[in-house]
Amino acid sequence: MSSTALGVADLQAKARLARRETVKAIAHAKGGHLGGPLSAMDILTVLYFRVLNIRPEQPDWPDRDRFILSKGHSCIALYVVMALRGYFPPEEIYTFDAIDSRLQGHPDMRTLPGLDMSSGSLGLGFSAGVGMALGAKLANRAFTTFVMLGDGECNEGIVWEGAHVASRYALDNLVVIVDENKLQQYGWRADGSGDRRPPYPDGVLHDRWRAFGWQVSDVDGHDMDAVERALQEAKAVRGRPVALIAHTVKGKGISFMEGNYRWHSRVPTDEELALALAGLSDAGLAVEA
Amino acid sequence: MALPAGKALRTVFGETVAALADHDPRIVVVDGDVGSSTGAQIFESAHPERFLQMGVAEQNMLGVAAGLASVGFVPFVSAFACFAVGRAFDSIRVLIAQPALNVKITGGFSGLLAGKTGKTHQMFDDVAIMRSLPNVVVLAPADEVEAAAAIHAMVATDGPFYLQLYRESTPVLFPADYRFEIGRSVKVRDGSDVSLMSTGVQTTRVYEAAEILARRGIEATVLHIPTIKPIDEEGIVEAARASGRVVVVEEQSVLGGLGSAVAEVLSSRHPVPVQRLGIQDTYGESGPDELLLDKYRLSAAAVAQDVEASLLRQRLPILHLEGADRR
Repeated sequence: MSSTALGVADLQAKARLARRETVKAIAHAKGGHLGGPLSAMDILTVLYFRVLNIRPEQPDWPDRDRFILSKGHSCIALYVVMALRGYFPPEEIYTFDAIDSRLQGHPDMRTLPGLDMSSGSLGLGFSAGVGMALGAKLANRAFTTFVMLGDGECNEGIVWEGAHVASRYALDNLVVIVDENKLQQYGWRADGSGDRRPPYPDGVLHDRWRAFGWQVSDVDGHDMDAVERALQEAKAVRGRPVALIAHTVKGKGISFMEGNYRWHSRVPTDEELALALAGLSDAGLAVEA
Repeated sequence: MALPAGKALRTVFGETVAALADHDPRIVVVDGDVGSSTGAQIFESAHPERFLQMGVAEQNMLGVAAGLASVGFVPFVSAFACFAVGRAFDSIRVLIAQPALNVKITGGFSGLLAGKTGKTHQMFDDVAIMRSLPNVVVLAPADEVEAAAAIHAMVATDGPFYLQLYRESTPVLFPADYRFEIGRSVKVRDGSDVSLMSTGVQTTRVYEAAEILARRGIEATVLHIPTIKPIDEEGIVEAARASGRVVVVEEQSVLGGLGSAVAEVLSSRHPVPVQRLGIQDTYGESGPDELLLDKYRLSAAAVAQDVEASLLRQRLPILHLEGADRR
């Protein structure tokens, strides 16, 4: 399929387009999150256009790879990427958060075909992913389950309950991607400034997942070639579940949002929207609505 | 007349799920490190590869169950009621109830008799909490016959269930050919003076209380309500209409449990005074079973006494209401 044979330049253009659509959708909905979706966008684009074994035209295909966005508040990014991949018409993106929309404020598997699990209460999606991978093992099925977590999400105790069980059952068909964008919604105050400290100091998440028996590697979450390589390698690992710590920038792609915790769930003004879109401009690519 | 002795519902759980799994490869059990107490060890002996130990980690256990259900398994969750419902409520709400996934949650050790463990392990709120969740069917069988039938019905019906189970041996109330139906209440005794309604194993004590009352000249209808959600509105209205006096008795908190559910139905469909007997807005304590049942007014003798006292107390207002009804 042509859509899965994109070169990295095309992928980057897709991600840029997806960022534009995301900012526009949030501005249109006057609600939602931006920082997390933008940090996750490049990884989601790689997953849906390069890595996941899926059939957008048959979203309930039993042998598809599973993907769970456990950091469910970043769902606008997932919706946009799914629309670009052909799961539903791109114009539907603008129903995000609207009444009766299939694109709920957090992912609802019962409204939108193609969502493998509902999520939104942090940490829960991951535990469901552990169950899916365990089920695949029990039934001798070949699909891989991918779960994306946030770094703030790793505060949740259930994450470590699931991490323990996944390594206990040697779930090598389970791949976790931690979108380590180094900010959570509010977090801990940094001394002497108005800034906030990252959820975890550098390297701590790597060590924690390894301590729970996982194979762990690090990747630049905005280097799409590297992300793809890391995900393909993760899929091939045997004997252990894999955690990929993706180092990202919250608000990535929009200069005035990058690294600023206040953009976790702020809605841009008209001026901010124009500024954001100007920074993401990309002649020649538009949503074919 | 006392009812004949029977099995503990936890034993029935292990045996029934193991037998069903012989012919249904979708069935698995996820356990929160209590399989040796909940009866799940019986399943493990029969199907070791499908017994999935999750350790002492209930939130994740319920999430794993949701994931298993989403790929086609029928997971039974083996846990104590206090931990399944109390500890893992968010996993149940978001991952199981909201998407209506096919997970069968069992709450072992529900109620007062939790093996001398005291208030941390005595769960009086599982009915109130679970019946508040859309999409979830809530079942509380009375004896071994009904528990086995309920488990069969749970497997045959897609969607999330909560099944209240019980630690102690339970008298047998139903004949072997009893037919259980989700959403249907069962009249286990007929009488025109008062309608007693109960659920779970407590119905066996209420039945014996009705026999005691009969010896004192009070004839009670006993309506057993094994499905707390969806509740049998018609059966409740009919039983309330027959006597005009309703007393609900449950081994649960009177706040939010069956008593509340019955009052919700009757207040809109057939308003009559509803007396709610059960755990009275308090926590439990450890102690021998018989003494606990007496102290918390759930033994057959205590229920008979309290029903009689309630009838005496309510006599005047009830007669007044009946007069008004006849106009």
